[in-house]
Amino acid sequence: MMIAQKSIQFLVGIFVFLASFTYAGEHKTEGQGAHEEGGKHEVHAAGPVDTKEEIDAYIKHHLQDAHDFTFFTDGETGKHYGFSLPIILWDNEAGLQVFSSSKFHHGEAVAESNGNFYKYYHGKIYKTDAEGTINYDEDHHVQNYRPLDFSVTKNVLGTVLAFLIVFLLFRSLAKSYAKSSVPSGLKGGLEELVIFVRDEIAIPNIGKEKHRKFMGYLLTVFFLILVLNLLGLTPLGFNVTGNIAVTMCLALFTFFITQFKGNKDYWKHIFWMPGAPVPMKIILAPIEVLGMFTKPFSLMVRLFANMTAGHSVLMALIALTILLKSQFTAVGSTGISVVLSLFIFLIELLVAYLQAFVFTMLSSLFIGVAVQDHHHDDHH
Amino acid sequence: MYNLIGAGLIVIGAGIGLGQIGGKAMEGIARQPEAAGKIQTAMLIIGALLEGLAFGALILGK
Repeated sequence: MMIAQKSIQFLVGIFVFLASFTYAGEHKTEGQGAHEEGGKHEVHAAGPVDTKEEIDAYIKHHLQDAHDFTFFTDGETGKHYGFSLPIILWDNEAGLQVFSSSKFHHGEAVAESNGNFYKYYHGKIYKTDAEGTINYDEDHHVQNYRPLDFSVTKNVLGTVLAFLIVFLLFRSLAKSYAKSSVPSGLKGGLEELVIFVRDEIAIPNIGKEKHRKFMGYLLTVFFLILVLNLLGLTPLGFNVTGNIAVTMCLALFTFFITQFKGNKDYWKHIFWMPGAPVPMKIILAPIEVLGMFTKPFSLMVRLFANMTAGHSVLMALIALTILLKSQFTAVGSTGISVVLSLFIFLIELLVAYLQAFVFTMLSSLFIGVAVQDHHHDDHH
Repeated sequence: MYNLIGAGLIVIGAGIGLGQIGGKAMEGIARQPEAAGKIQTAMLIIGALLEGLAFGALILGK
């Protein structure tokens, strides 16, 4: 109990620390965008977003990770509303460098840290000289040294937020069992979801005897994906599950659990399929080995592509407000956009849940195949 | 150019497949409404597998 109390204070402390550390840079960016009319930084160029190219760039920018957190940009003044995030770099020569991303002025300035200069260029951080020169080779590849980037980016912040939400919700659920075995209110809904994961996902796929060992993983992955997907639908604009690195990491967990928990039968079915004639066994082995890798690959791609597609469709429909303004007047185009994006938004709510369900379901299916005992080995 | 044609073909194929899955599941549920839950789960799994294939092809082909 005490430990839980302490750990929660610690987590909240870290979160507040990060937020306060980064909040300081907010007002410095005022008016910066207005100087940059050359369009070097296409998204935050001066003036409101109103052409098709600017909308495309805006959507593309949203789908990517960012080193600062911008809620919106005032097109007239070029002022960004939001806060900056800490940049943490490991430079082979200069060692660890920590500074606020406000030093980059949204990619428009060269940041200086302990006498080293870094430039933000197309979403990546390069080491440069004081003027921020970027050197290219013949193929237009950047030649500058790239320090290792451990920064707390927007996606990292989103993941930490989702982690905190899941942690707080389930801690309150766990504590409520001390008082009574029937949780009330929101907690009842949570319990329902936990039971759903157990009875509809884990037990049918893994089996009654062995499912308990994997419930921790399956529940974690289910609720993490669910909360991250739902966070992506808030105006905060997180797109964590739409980042292929995140989904790859989740898929790798499933991959390693499947391989390490796989029993003799599982490996036998991969390398020497029982019941098949010998030439068939030889043909099947490479296919099955390939299958080991395509399963987590499809897990990774499915979640990533679904969330990316959902976000871009939603943003494109919102952009109709701007694109159709000349044909239907401002009121008409906004009406069309609201109706269509509301419709897609409701579908996205379903998809947010469905993708969490599908990921957990397929994970438990793969794990189940690897751990199940076969009582009928002879007639495959 | 060719990858756009390929993307179109993938989407056509995935569409036919999803239509088949959905249609057959509907038929199954209509015949045996008491098995609706099981049919739905199986339908979603197959749908997800097919979707993964289609998305994989789209991303690899891009």
